[in-house]
Amino acid sequence: MYSYILRRLLVAIPTILVLIVLSFALMFAAPGGPFNAERPLPPDVMANIQARYGLDQPYWKQMFDYTWKVVTQFDFGPSFKYRDRSVNDIIAQGFPVTLVYGSWAFVVAVTFGLGLGILAAIRQNTWLDYLAVGVAIGAQVLPGFVLAPILVLVFTYWLDLLPGGGWNGGQWQYVIMPVIALSTGYLASIARIMRSSMLEVMNSGFIRTARAKGLPMRRIIWRHAMKPALLPVLSYLGPAFVGMITGSVVIDVYFSTGGIGQFFVNSAFHRDYSVIMGITILVGVLTILFNLVVDLLYAWIDPKIRY
Amino acid sequence: MSIKATLLAGAATALALWAGFAAAQATHPVTGEALAADQTFTYRILDDFPSIDPGVAEDVSGGEVIRDLFEGLMNQDAEGNLEPGVATGYTLSDDKLTYTFTLRPEAKWSNGEQVVAGDFVYAWRRAASPELASPYSWFIELMSIENASAVIAGEMPVDALGVSAPDDLTLVVKLTTPLPYFPQMTTHFTTFPVLESNVTEFGDEWTAPGNMIGNGAYTLTERVSQERLVRVRNPMYWDNANTIIETVVTLVINDENQALTRYLAGELDRTEIPSGQYPRLLAEYPTEALSFPVLCSYYYNVNLTETGPAALQDVRVRQALSMAIDRDIIVNNVLAGGQVPAYTLTHWATAGWEVPVPAAAAMTQEERNAAAQALMAEAGFGPDGEALTFEILYNTSEAHQQLATAIGQMWKTTLGVEVTLANQEWQTFLDARGSQQFELARAGWCGDYNEPSTFLDIVTTASGYNDSKYSNPELDALMAEAKTSENPMPLYLQAEAIIDDQLPIIPVYHYASVYMLNDAIKDWPINNVQQNWYSRDIYKVAE
Repeated sequence: MYSYILRRLLVAIPTILVLIVLSFALMFAAPGGPFNAERPLPPDVMANIQARYGLDQPYWKQMFDYTWKVVTQFDFGPSFKYRDRSVNDIIAQGFPVTLVYGSWAFVVAVTFGLGLGILAAIRQNTWLDYLAVGVAIGAQVLPGFVLAPILVLVFTYWLDLLPGGGWNGGQWQYVIMPVIALSTGYLASIARIMRSSMLEVMNSGFIRTARAKGLPMRRIIWRHAMKPALLPVLSYLGPAFVGMITGSVVIDVYFSTGGIGQFFVNSAFHRDYSVIMGITILVGVLTILFNLVVDLLYAWIDPKIRY
Repeated sequence: MSIKATLLAGAATALALWAGFAAAQATHPVTGEALAADQTFTYRILDDFPSIDPGVAEDVSGGEVIRDLFEGLMNQDAEGNLEPGVATGYTLSDDKLTYTFTLRPEAKWSNGEQVVAGDFVYAWRRAASPELASPYSWFIELMSIENASAVIAGEMPVDALGVSAPDDLTLVVKLTTPLPYFPQMTTHFTTFPVLESNVTEFGDEWTAPGNMIGNGAYTLTERVSQERLVRVRNPMYWDNANTIIETVVTLVINDENQALTRYLAGELDRTEIPSGQYPRLLAEYPTEALSFPVLCSYYYNVNLTETGPAALQDVRVRQALSMAIDRDIIVNNVLAGGQVPAYTLTHWATAGWEVPVPAAAAMTQEERNAAAQALMAEAGFGPDGEALTFEILYNTSEAHQQLATAIGQMWKTTLGVEVTLANQEWQTFLDARGSQQFELARAGWCGDYNEPSTFLDIVTTASGYNDSKYSNPELDALMAEAKTSENPMPLYLQAEAIIDDQLPIIPVYHYASVYMLNDAIKDWPINNVQQNWYSRDIYKVAE
């Protein structure tokens, strides 16, 4: 098992390097640059700026220097757009914000998603099932950019209960709406996956045996059906968790949280090369890490899987 | 009554008296209006500031913050006129090449040090230095300061820049050419002083809250990227006694509809009105919905190089396209926010500008349409001639799309010209437009200073923003002459006449600022067409 983890981590290194090379290539292929402005800069001014950021070097050298600094000094360089901040500063400020609302959204999505899915499965074809499925489908088709303005309209404008946006150091009032808006879609997916896999498990032979033995329903669900039913959900949760904690531009834009998602998208628009790279690498590393965690959890849940 | 109770009662009475006294104090010293207890001004901006370093900043919202945190030689009043800032005044030499500013001795940095002329010298050299590589170093060049170009190009050391401090209260600036609007330019943030010891101590981190030492009416207390920036009143500011607003909060809210909801919920004192919503909001909130001119012009670039369509080389086609645009429909029905139809490049509200009325502007739209059809037929296009198809390029935005759709429809109906729309995200768009990969492209220009040449320079051959690639020696000569002329206005009128005749660009409308502004906020400078506002000039009355 330890050798398996080590092997996976070693494979991650070339994966990240490929990610860096590909991102660099795509970045330079996009027209424009970080210092193209409405009013083109005089050539002398442009030359000064390019020299300051090393953009006058050939592409391969820029890429090499960048990677070298990241690996040896953990320095992701200065932001090209935000002159007085480095990429490390931006990630240090934005990532904790995203991590907080993303983790809460994950907890909410998993708790209510699983609950709703199980409820629907064990009460299949009753009004509870229809309600749960209805809610899940409704939540899934409601995109964040529709839900977010509705939440603000209801809770801020009409009810005057919650602030309409901002983060304010992560006070709970500011966290609620982003969590609701972000978790809804994931919650719906989890509920639907859980419902169908639960149904499948409940109709399998060993559950029928358990019922024939006269075990109480609660015990059957928690002791016998739960674990195998979780497998398909688990493979969904890994990428979903990374998606949630690395930010959603919709949440950041509509709730002005200052999270990492907004920086990611804006940096692409601004051609802020170093910020694009920094966040891409962060997301890449987290994705690799949580895929590994999911694979390890598989082995814990399913005795057939051993590394 | 026990002694204790007597004391308590006495204290309570004193407290009540004091509270009453404090409340009585909270009136405006001049108008006598009752002031709100909470003097916090909260406003929305679209996106985070690229920088709040005066030498580096380049955008409007960064400028708003810097004007609160720092103060330059001169300020603008509510009308946009010059008023003394750190300088009490200036003199100009007979050859009009040397400005001598006298600084006020009571001006202080927020750490208590006196603001001296050397702080300006340091800041201007810093802004021009290749080492800082400021995207706004061209502004120092634009100010025509001696040796600015050579310093920026790294051919001369920074101390060769034509600015010096003979003593602590005197700043001498040498220009290469007379520049009538030079004093106006000292209200721009690039020219604000910077404290050298502060920059040396903290390096790139000097603009962080806690580090930054400014000389403005406010000091920076909080800055969270993409979320908020907070500044509070600076007790060291020389005119602090006249400041009323205590705290200014800038909130970054990307989505303007979301910002409007939050404004209506009372979270903001000011926000922009989304395109097309002004009439509705004006009807519902007549004291809060505002529209006033702002010095920006909207126009279409016409690609006049060989990469553009041959038909656009024909001046009659350009004239026909311009005349067939029903600008009244655009400003009244599409934008609906107090914008003004444009037949000139120079914004109508520019200082000293008497707006010319070109022939086309005096006609009715029916007359214009008929004239446009005649011009098209004469050029051999239109219903009886060759069919034309043009592409309008714009940066991705709903507002630009609406406009292009409307204009395309007008050209189709009136001239039979087929129009296709193409949108690109900002950086790609700048690249395409700057390299003439377009047929017609949307453009907008905001004046750097309040004078017609800031607009008219665009169509000169040397201009970096001349994306039509128009070149007319006559117009270039007029603009060069205007630079040193006693009375440049007639020259500007001639330049506009050339633009109206040749249409290297097609003017569409002149911008207006459309805001929701809390009606408790008073003295907002709506007559300042550059919208250079200072938090220390406004105040909040009790509702």
